[in-house]
Order: sequence, then structure tokens, then C-alpha cells
Amino acid sequence: MMRTIIECRNIRKTYRTGNEDTVVLKGISFLINEGEFVAIMGPSGSGKSTLMHILGALDTPTGGEYFLDGRNIATFTDDELADIRREKIGFVFQAFNLLPRATVLRNVSLPLVYAGVEKEKREKIAEAALDDSAFPKAFWRHHSNQLSGGMMQRVAIARALVNDPALILADEPTGNLDSKTGEMVLHTFQSLNASRGKTVVLITHEPYVAEHAGRIIHILDGTIVSDKKNDARRIARKTDDEAHETH
Amino acid sequence: MKPIDLFEETYGAVIVNKVRSGLTMLGIVIGIASVIAMVAIGQGAQGSIQSSIQSIGSNLIIIMPGASRSIGSTVSAGRGSAETLTPDDAAAIAALPNVAAVAQEVSGRYQVLSNGQNTNTTILGTTSAYPAVRNVQVDQGNFITDADVAVSNRVAVIGPTVLQDLFGSTTATATPAMALDATIRIKGVDFKVVGVTLSKGGSGFNNQDDMIYVPLSAAQHYLLGTSAYLTEVDVEASSEGAMAGVQAAITNLLLSRHNISDPTQADFNVLNQADIVAAASSVTNTFTMLLASIAGISLLVGGIGIMNMMLTTVTERTREIGLRKAIGAKKKDITLQFLSEAVMLTFTGGAAGIVLGWLAAFLVTYFSGTATSVSLGSVILAFGVSAAIGIIFGYYPARRAAGLSPIEALRYE
Repeated sequence: MMRTIIECRNIRKTYRTGNEDTVVLKGISFLINEGEFVAIMGPSGSGKSTLMHILGALDTPTGGEYFLDGRNIATFTDDELADIRREKIGFVFQAFNLLPRATVLRNVSLPLVYAGVEKEKREKIAEAALDDSAFPKAFWRHHSNQLSGGMMQRVAIARALVNDPALILADEPTGNLDSKTGEMVLHTFQSLNASRGKTVVLITHEPYVAEHAGRIIHILDGTIVSDKKNDARRIARKTDDEAHETH
Repeated sequence: MKPIDLFEETYGAVIVNKVRSGLTMLGIVIGIASVIAMVAIGQGAQGSIQSSIQSIGSNLIIIMPGASRSIGSTVSAGRGSAETLTPDDAAAIAALPNVAAVAQEVSGRYQVLSNGQNTNTTILGTTSAYPAVRNVQVDQGNFITDADVAVSNRVAVIGPTVLQDLFGSTTATATPAMALDATIRIKGVDFKVVGVTLSKGGSGFNNQDDMIYVPLSAAQHYLLGTSAYLTEVDVEASSEGAMAGVQAAITNLLLSRHNISDPTQADFNVLNQADIVAAASSVTNTFTMLLASIAGISLLVGGIGIMNMMLTTVTERTREIGLRKAIGAKKKDITLQFLSEAVMLTFTGGAAGIVLGWLAAFLVTYFSGTATSVSLGSVILAFGVSAAIGIIFGYYPARRAAGLSPIEALRYE
């Protein structure tokens, strides 16, 4: 029996603007087990970003229960959510969100700074995470704003790995990349999932990207329209030449 | 977050915007520097006034006669003009407890001739206790002795200003040796110079350098023609703590000796040196406060500059704040990060300001000769104030950063 990482029970989210309530999520329920690679897909305005925020403990639902790694975090305070994010979740964003003037190593070890890990230990863990995300060693001491987009995203992936999270949550990770480097990033996710057993949740609006996952959840207008195993799974090719290209 | 990591983050953020950080710091640098320099000038003035007051003697109590009024007239001849203080009063004061020494004085201004030159100066008739009580030192020769007073010897001890006036010229400085054993003529009476006092550097009224000391009895016999009254009695208390008691005892003694029942009608004044110091200090304190508050305003402006920059920084780094929160930074971590940035700016600015202010005080002394004193207290205060400014003016921007929702912050373009 696989361990359940994510359990959503009838999650609702309502935004109040002025006197009008906008219902964004209208009762979402699903389970994600350890080691799964799930894509959450939907057009913009479908509520997938809001769902991503709730799954990522960046926001709390207005109704329902959300168990992350066995804990119901629907009612947590801001600081408690910060702890949950630090311990359980590794984020990969569309816009990378690296500190531009910090080195690659510094960027990757940043979550450990907030965890209070010693510098030497921190850098060891960061180096291991960079190896896992196939980031070339030659660029470890470079500033992150000297890297190409694909390289930046791999730094972000390494950063998502350093705290050994239960869940890697990627929000449109290929949205700012060309198809070749996007392929490369998808390959990294797939290999992390396949060889290291990492649970990956990927949010995207592109069917092509979603097809790299083992399971696809379709969202439309705040409800799940389909949730099925992906039988025609695409396998991303490893393209290594990009590693030598810098801006 | 460990303190060392906090420092590293803060240092990195400050150093990234060198020019902006520098300019913002400049406000604090100027503010602190002007506080330090202004307070140094104020305290220097206070110090020099106090030391010149201290130089007239230590633990000194001065008794002067009150104002004289003619019978049936309301015209006052001014304080010190009454003839109410007698040598017997002085003797009675000397017998009081905690009185270390008593010097009697009579004085007047006369024309003095010697060596073909002349001057008009204060002639002070006094006793052998005078140098000890009034802090006067003899450079060469000796001061008036008890024997001189007993037999009204016509001897004189002259101050350095008198020495120069009578024995020097516009081109040559007089030496004490030139005056010793010379004869000077005061109000037509010859006196032999037996000593020259060391310069005290005083100026203005009651300049102890511009004075001729003669035995009390000689002044009374040859110059004033009276032996009944004194123009001043100087009392040295045995310790600083005893001064208030001695002052009260003298007042009571003289009131009863002069048969005065109402203290407001006293025909004498008792001045305590501490009162004079306090009066002078209150003036210079006001002066220092004025200077410091003007400087304080520039410090306030510097603080507002810090706040302005921090608010800009928070806006600019909204995405970074969102990211930090997303990867696990708590409110406290974000608050501390921005607060310590502000404190680092003000603290560095404060340190530079102290150096600059000290330098400014030094230059003021060097070029204008005005005494300045940079006290440890004002340096510590400046550090405290600059750190406090960082905390006060950095707190609002830091709270604003910490209060940002991670979602909003990440979406920010």
C-alpha cells in the first residue's frame, strides 16, 4: 500500500470582491500517492492556479479538508504554513524566482538557511541536489543571472530538492522556456520521479507538457472533469548540449 | 535563521546597491557627525568655563559686603560697597568647623609707577593664606608672609601682566628676575617687589594676572587709610561635601554678629563656587542643547531617508520576498532581514559619522582654538541613536514586507 501524500476532500475556495463572491474551486477531491507524477491541467481561469496555491500551502481553502503528508493544514496560521512549505514542499515556478545576485550554490541552499542548517552542511546538501538535477559543476559558483533559462530552471529544481520534500510542486515550469530546454526540464522531472521516487505535481495548460505525467487531472471552472491514468505517456529526451550554453 | 546568515543576507543586500546605500547612509553620517561636533563644541565651552571657575580656588566660598545705602536715601551704591565686613568677622569664620583656610582682602585701583613706566591696576591687600585659598602660585620669589602682615612691610608680589606692563616693552618680554627687588611706587608709596606669580591665563574682570598683592596691613595703612573693613573674605572649605554646611554656618554666624534677624536684610553676600559653576553650566548646557537639537533635526531627516529607501527596497524586492516566504521564511525572518538592513545602514552611517564629527571637532579646535571635547558618552549616545533610528524607521517597511502574502508577492511584476 502506497503512502498518501495529498488528500483533498471537497476543497472549496471563494474570493470576496466587494459584495460579490466569486467561487473559484467548487469542491475538489482527489488523492495523490507517494511516487506519482501527476499533471493538473486546465485553461487559464479554470482554478488550477488557486488549487496549486492550496496544494503548495501558500493559501488555505475556504471549505473542505486538505491533508498533506497526513496533516490537515486547512486551518494552519501563516507561520505554520511557512514551516509546512519548508519541510514538505519543493516549489518550481514558471519565472524561476532565483535571487539574481546570489551564486547558484547560495540559491539552492536558501531553504536550508531558513531551516537553520550550518553553512558547510548546507552547501554539501546543495551540491548533492545540483547533481540530482543534472546541473553542471562548472557553474556552481556563477551568479544565477549569468545562466540561461534552462540552467536557471535546473537551479530552481535543485532548490526544490534540498529540503528533501514529500512533494515537488511545479507551476508551468516550461512556460518561459523554448521547447528544447523545456524538454530538458521535463526529463529532469521524469528522472527524479522514476529513479529517485519523488512525488511530482505539475500544473500546466499545455496538453503536450501534461502528457509527460503518469496521471492527468483536468480542471474546468473549478471542478474536476477528468482524472485518469495517462496511457500514452511521453518520455522526454535528455538533451545535454544546452548545459554548455550561457548568456 | 542563524545570526551569521542574517548578517550575510543583510550585507549582500546593502552592498548590491552601493551608491544608493551610500547616499542613504550619508544622511545619517551628516546627522551623527553634526551631533557629535556640536556637542563637542558645547561641552568644550562648558569645560573651559568650568576650569576657569575652578582655577580661582577649590572649595571656595566668597563673602562680600552687601550694598551700602546712605541714611534716608534709597540710592544703592552696589553690592560690595558697604563697609560691614571686619577682620574680626574673618577671625570668627576661621574658627568655624570644616574651614580649612581664610584669606582677608582689601582692594582698590591705583596708579603704579616703576622703571619709568606706569600702569593702573588692582592692588590687593591680603594675608599669607591667599595663594592656597585662591589657587595662586608664585613663579619666583615668595608670597607675602605673616611677618610682613604683622609689621606692615612695604613689599609687593606682582602678577605677570603687571610685570610685562612695568618692566617689559613692546619688543621684549619681561622676566621675573628683572622685577625682583625692584621698587615700585603705588599711590606715591614705595614697595619692594618680592615675588612674581605664575600666569593663570585669566582675562576680563578680576584678572589675577593683572594684580599687585601687598600685605593686608600695609594696604590699610599706606593706601586705604583705614583698618576697619574688608572688601572680601575668601574661605576654603575642608571638602566639597562640607561646602553647603560651611556656607550656612558662615551666614548664621555673620547674621548674629551683625545683629540681623531677617536673613533677607543681610548686609553681606555669601557666594559658593559650586553655585557659580552651576550657573555657568546651565548657560552652556542650554547652548549645548540648542546645538544638539539643531543637529538632531538633520538626524531625523536622515532617518526619514532610510525609511524612504527601505520602502523602495521592499517594493522592488516583492518577488524575492514572495519566494523567500514560499520556501519557508516566516514573518519574523522577513521582518528581521529588512530591519537588520536598516540597522546596518544607520549603524555604519553612525560609525562614519562619529569619526567625521570627531574630525570636525578636532579641526574646529585646530583652526579656531575653541576648546572641544568629544566625550565617550556622546559617542555611545550617537551609536545608540543611530541604531534606534534604524529600528524605528526600518520597522514599518520591514513589517510591510513581512505582511505581504506569498501569492501576491510571487505574482508581482
